Amino acid sequence: MTETLHKTPLHALHVELGGKMVPFAGYDMPVQYPLGIMGEHKHCREQAGLFDVSHMGQARYVGDEAALEALLTCDLSEIGAGEQKYTLLPNEGGGIRDDLMVSRPDGNGIYLVVNAATKDADFAHIEAATTGKGTLTRIPERALLALQGPAAKDVMARLCPQACKMVFMQCGVFTLDGVEVMMSRSGYTGEDGFEISIPEADADRIARLLLAQDEVAAIGLGARDSLRLEAGLCLYGHDMDENRTAVEASLIWALAKTRRERGDFPGADVIAKQIEEKTCQKRVGLTLTGAPAREGAEIADKSGNIIGIVTSGGFGPTVNGPVAMGYVNRDFMAPGTEVDILVRGKPRAATITKLPFVPANFYRG
Amino acid sequence: MTTRYTEDHEWITVDGDIATVGITAFAAGQLGDVVFVELPEVGKTLAKGDEFAVVESVKAASEVYAPVDGEITAINDALEGEPAKVNEDATGEGWFVKIKLANAAQLEGLMDEAAYNAHTA
Repeated sequence: MTETLHKTPLHALHVELGGKMVPFAGYDMPVQYPLGIMGEHKHCREQAGLFDVSHMGQARYVGDEAALEALLTCDLSEIGAGEQKYTLLPNEGGGIRDDLMVSRPDGNGIYLVVNAATKDADFAHIEAATTGKGTLTRIPERALLALQGPAAKDVMARLCPQACKMVFMQCGVFTLDGVEVMMSRSGYTGEDGFEISIPEADADRIARLLLAQDEVAAIGLGARDSLRLEAGLCLYGHDMDENRTAVEASLIWALAKTRRERGDFPGADVIAKQIEEKTCQKRVGLTLTGAPAREGAEIADKSGNIIGIVTSGGFGPTVNGPVAMGYVNRDFMAPGTEVDILVRGKPRAATITKLPFVPANFYRG
Repeated sequence: MTTRYTEDHEWITVDGDIATVGITAFAAGQLGDVVFVELPEVGKTLAKGDEFAVVESVKAASEVYAPVDGEITAINDALEGEPAKVNEDATGEGWFVKIKLANAAQLEGLMDEAAYNAHTA
């Protein structure tokens, strides 16, 4: 017997908009709408896109923060009221269980947003480790929307001017269409934008209000992927997983300096060794012409020796060409290095490229 | 001229002993925006069912199969610079290759338009 797919509060809206629905992390989600992946991607970079990311895991932790912090790579004392940080949930081997956002939008503990595919495992892991010390409350009854693009601030200036006072990675509680929502000025597209947590009863109405704005179009998961890839952002389960470390993934910045100095997170010893030895593979960007390189394609040097692997790849509509991310042996990590990627058995010329492929537009004030 | 269709959504239009082959508008719609088409070399010999081209969309690559036996006599170079033609005009400017038929009888085993429309209904 097959398990039925979950639906987000916006499911009916996606179908009404002509969304092409596909299974994703146990949910029935729109991979694209009639505008298509290319059109949606470009619209987001040029104006504003609205994404339903309600399938992701929202939760709140209240209690002994040291017990939660022990599982993460951030320093919770560095997150003040109204601030958010990107951090990792590491495993004992130095690998990564998930990447997530942690923040203090109100006075009530820590608000967490984790990936959809890993949320059950993440929350169980946190609960087990914080038993008797703090309480983790899952928040499945809220939708999560992302409004991303240069025009997102213009939309918000009309609908919730207070939110425009935030700069990148700030957060808070605001009133949007008469409803109390939590918002952060962040996203995963490389563009300025807002992530909005809305009570499920109001989600459809607020989504329609946002879509009614001239600048806004609905964007599916297909374009979400091409946007984050062009932005050089890792997708959990692909560019990082339980077997890749933050050092390899070039995410050392997601490990708080104080935590590295104390060595008090899972796998800290592995991380310290990798930082010192400088021998591990490194995540890089790659560009090529012609056929795109896809996840799993091997990367070779010009003599045919395998030196790495592609972990994300596709076509970048803004770059207007194939883009990929992958891991290569250190000797080959410098931007400009010429390599080959084996696509359908044939070597295709590719160049190691500095990430991001498209400059970020985060609003810093 | 006769046009026939395969279950894998290729179309083949025959004029004498030369056939033009492409993918249907239905297939192009399913794939989404086409970003690249990998075509074979002119002169290549194909057997029915051989993979002879690959259509790449933003998210995935799909194989295209030869509907009949034959030899490639021409490829649509225009697709290199304008792969979107496959979406815009799948049965016209979005053609992939021309094949010199080795066995015209093979066409009879393929679907006509009515049968193909029923297949994709």
